[in-house]
Amino acid sequence: MRRFAVLAALVALGPGTALADPDPADWPAVLAEARGQVVYWNAWGGAAATNDFIRWAGDEVSARYGVRVEHVKLADTADAVSRVLAEKTAGKDNGGAVDLIWINGPNFRAMKEAGLLFGPWAEDLPNWSYVDVDGKPAVTADFTVPTEGMESPWAMAQVVFYHDTARLPDPPRSMAALLDWASANPGRFTYPQPPDFLGTTFLKQALYGMVEDPSVLQRPVDQADYAAVTAPLWAFLDDLTPHLWRQGRAYPPSGPRQLQLMADGEIDLAISFSPGEASAAIANGQLPDTVRTLVLEGGTIGNASFVAIPYNANAKAGAMVLADFLLSPEAQARAQDPDVLGYGTVLAMDKLSPEDRARFEALDLGIATLSPEELGPALPEPHPSWMSLIEADWGKRFGLAE
Amino acid sequence: MRPLRGAPLLTLLVLLGPVAAGLVGTLAPALGLFPALGGRALSLAPMAALAAWPGLPGAVMLSVGVGLAATVASLAIVVLFVAGWQGTRAMAGLERALAPLLSVPHAAAAFGLAFLIAPSGWIARALSPWATGWERPPDLLIVQDPLGLAMVAGLVVKEVPFLLLMTLAALPQVRPAQRMGVARALGYGRVTGWLKAVFPAVYAQIRLLVYAVLAYSMSVVDVAIILGPGTPPPLSVQVVRWMADPDLTLRFQAAAGAVLQLALVIGVLALWRLGEAVLGGLGRIWAEGGARRHGDGVLRAAGLGLAVLAAGAVIAGLAGLGLWSMAGLWPFPEAWPEALSTRSWLRHGPGLLAPGLETLWIAGAATVLALALVLACLEAEHRFGLVPGARSLWLLYLPLLVPQVAFLPGLQGFALMLGVDMGRGAVILGHLVFVLPYVFLSLAAPWRAWDMRYASVAAALGAGRGRVFRQVRLPMLLAPVLTAAAVGFAVSVGQYLPTLLIGGGRVQTLTTEAVALAAGGDRRAIAVTALAQTLVGMAGFALALAIPRILWANRRGLRAG
Repeated sequence: MRRFAVLAALVALGPGTALADPDPADWPAVLAEARGQVVYWNAWGGAAATNDFIRWAGDEVSARYGVRVEHVKLADTADAVSRVLAEKTAGKDNGGAVDLIWINGPNFRAMKEAGLLFGPWAEDLPNWSYVDVDGKPAVTADFTVPTEGMESPWAMAQVVFYHDTARLPDPPRSMAALLDWASANPGRFTYPQPPDFLGTTFLKQALYGMVEDPSVLQRPVDQADYAAVTAPLWAFLDDLTPHLWRQGRAYPPSGPRQLQLMADGEIDLAISFSPGEASAAIANGQLPDTVRTLVLEGGTIGNASFVAIPYNANAKAGAMVLADFLLSPEAQARAQDPDVLGYGTVLAMDKLSPEDRARFEALDLGIATLSPEELGPALPEPHPSWMSLIEADWGKRFGLAE
Repeated sequence: MRPLRGAPLLTLLVLLGPVAAGLVGTLAPALGLFPALGGRALSLAPMAALAAWPGLPGAVMLSVGVGLAATVASLAIVVLFVAGWQGTRAMAGLERALAPLLSVPHAAAAFGLAFLIAPSGWIARALSPWATGWERPPDLLIVQDPLGLAMVAGLVVKEVPFLLLMTLAALPQVRPAQRMGVARALGYGRVTGWLKAVFPAVYAQIRLLVYAVLAYSMSVVDVAIILGPGTPPPLSVQVVRWMADPDLTLRFQAAAGAVLQLALVIGVLALWRLGEAVLGGLGRIWAEGGARRHGDGVLRAAGLGLAVLAAGAVIAGLAGLGLWSMAGLWPFPEAWPEALSTRSWLRHGPGLLAPGLETLWIAGAATVLALALVLACLEAEHRFGLVPGARSLWLLYLPLLVPQVAFLPGLQGFALMLGVDMGRGAVILGHLVFVLPYVFLSLAAPWRAWDMRYASVAAALGAGRGRVFRQVRLPMLLAPVLTAAAVGFAVSVGQYLPTLLIGGGRVQTLTTEAVALAAGGDRRAIAVTALAQTLVGMAGFALALAIPRILWANRRGLRAG
């Protein structure tokens, strides 16, 4: 124990000379400090398309600003959260391993509440002026949690369903129709097992179609009658579950495994949080080119993807330069290109110069991707407290089959 | 001489320091201590929260049931096969075929098996629609079944090669030919005689390895996610889920779960020992009964059939992955892809070069260090007449018996406190903890079995102890030394959690790349990275086979371990 104390003291004394944090309001100073830094961007590494985009962004930022970007490919964002948490536990308040995290929703809320984030900085970025703050409330309220400049948006996502027209030409477009179709075609639909975020999203999407006043979902759950609000959801799931793939006795553990089931012909309809996912999978040879995308009547849930900087990041200035580049019209247009990523932009078209706007107008969205008009307005994410309770309840009711 | 004398102690420190530090780091949050999350006082709340989870009984039953079933089945297959086929050509052939299978990562073998047996898998495709009439995959719960049978199968196909090779390595020490000669002369059947005369002695040699298999099967995560049930999942999977949950307060519960996982492993190991005693007693009565035969022919055939089935499943699974790595669209019920192309290799291959080099560096360094420590220990044992007690052997195996999830997160915190994290060096030390036991257990038996009279002759000719070691013993034992190195190398190549946690994500190997890409679920990407991992591991085994043959082209007796 004594040795521990000595070690802790040594560590505390050692690199304890805290450098002043960079101030994004003084952008030239940030650029100067960033030059020569290495930014470790911790981002989910499960999709070759995203990995390619991150490599491209890194090359550009290196060429333009002298900031080197290393993509730390994660299997789960929680790994980066755990890392920062372990560093805080060990008293490593400087020179942390994580410089930038691709993050949103619950992980953001957790890191913000635990004091693990640096900021505010996002709203001082030069390219923030192009962001569609009025038209896309999700860019400043992440799952209703105010971002307060602690994270910077870089892509929009919206719930869609995809189906194979060769097997299912006329897909259901509401939860009630889904139930009817599933009853008539048992075993052909499933969703990832909550608490996988996509599975929980399916539950929230179903709930949206059943509450009379959706605005209750925007407030913390303890301000509403949870049991009454969610009762129709549980009744719906009680009816649906026996008709699910494997009668609801097993679920795919994640979105990608669900896509694999679609590819293997085990299911005919699947949920996705990326409107461009089906097109990308077709281009990859993962799905047949007869797959198409749809949204439900009444709209689907949408949210934004963000990047955040941990409180003890080693290269904060470099991380800000990268985040700013991700907001540039050039990077945003590239991300929206379905051949690259197919992610929706967070920028407002009317704030852009005509040349920049032309970049977006020139894009061809891909055969299975809906246009922004077809996608329709996104429903806001419910407050995270709903998600926690619904997940726990689902676990008790359906997570212990048999 | 002095440094050599300290080698065993140094080795134990290298192994046990990290395990002990890691356990402390896991126990603290399980008891409510986690200052960064506001846990500053001892509390039983995490344990209570764990106990309140309704899935706990099911998860515990699964962990215990799957662990026991996989271990019993693997051991039974190996024992039956060796009993029936020891010293035959079939055995030699299968041994050759199995060694490379050790380098197939567990997750890759599980993916391969899943693709074989799923309702939309290769077997169903081969029979559809002409024999089954299935135009669509049937809605059958085969993979992810609630009893975990698919998961047991996935573990068995990987543990059989491991146990078999380790059994064959231990076999010469118990002089099976003499034992069998006596048994056969007394009229015992091949299998019955082996079980009565050889098995008890061999089992004593491989007992700790069987425990390692049991501990691993109870706490494995990746195989469980691919093949195991989810409603509820085995305890280890649930612990990892809690650790990955955005709700950070679940970290306490996760730590409590990890402690329970450790307790379960200890409890089941104790149960297993009890079973050993009971079966040992019954076995003695059975042996003394003197019956000469118990369906030997059937048992013999079963041993061969099951061993071939296990090996065949891994090989067919790998072949399936190989096909996927070159497949375009490949829908059900097609038994073959519509077209083959190198597209996936061109897409993912170049990105694997840098992590591949890093993998070679780390695995190479960890293996060399492990080999140096093991050789120093064995040589010290020989020179100073140290007799390793059963207790020190237990200590050596501790890193294999303690579930990784129970001490690696704690170890990460410890490395952070020391400020030795994030670099390649720290990752090498982390890998050493797992590589060393395997190197030791592969090398100890042949090293000790070396005929001491060579040393006497060399000494009589005037060679000092150092020279005997360098010029007589080491060259003569080159083949087993290289085999042990290949095993250690393959173990290092497969490490995921130690690389991620100690490297802070900054050290990227083939395995971290493979796991990250596997999260995307694209079978082609998974196939490319899994095959790359397998190839790197196999390269080690190929070198271990080739080098003695080239160096000792004129010394027939030294070419094979």
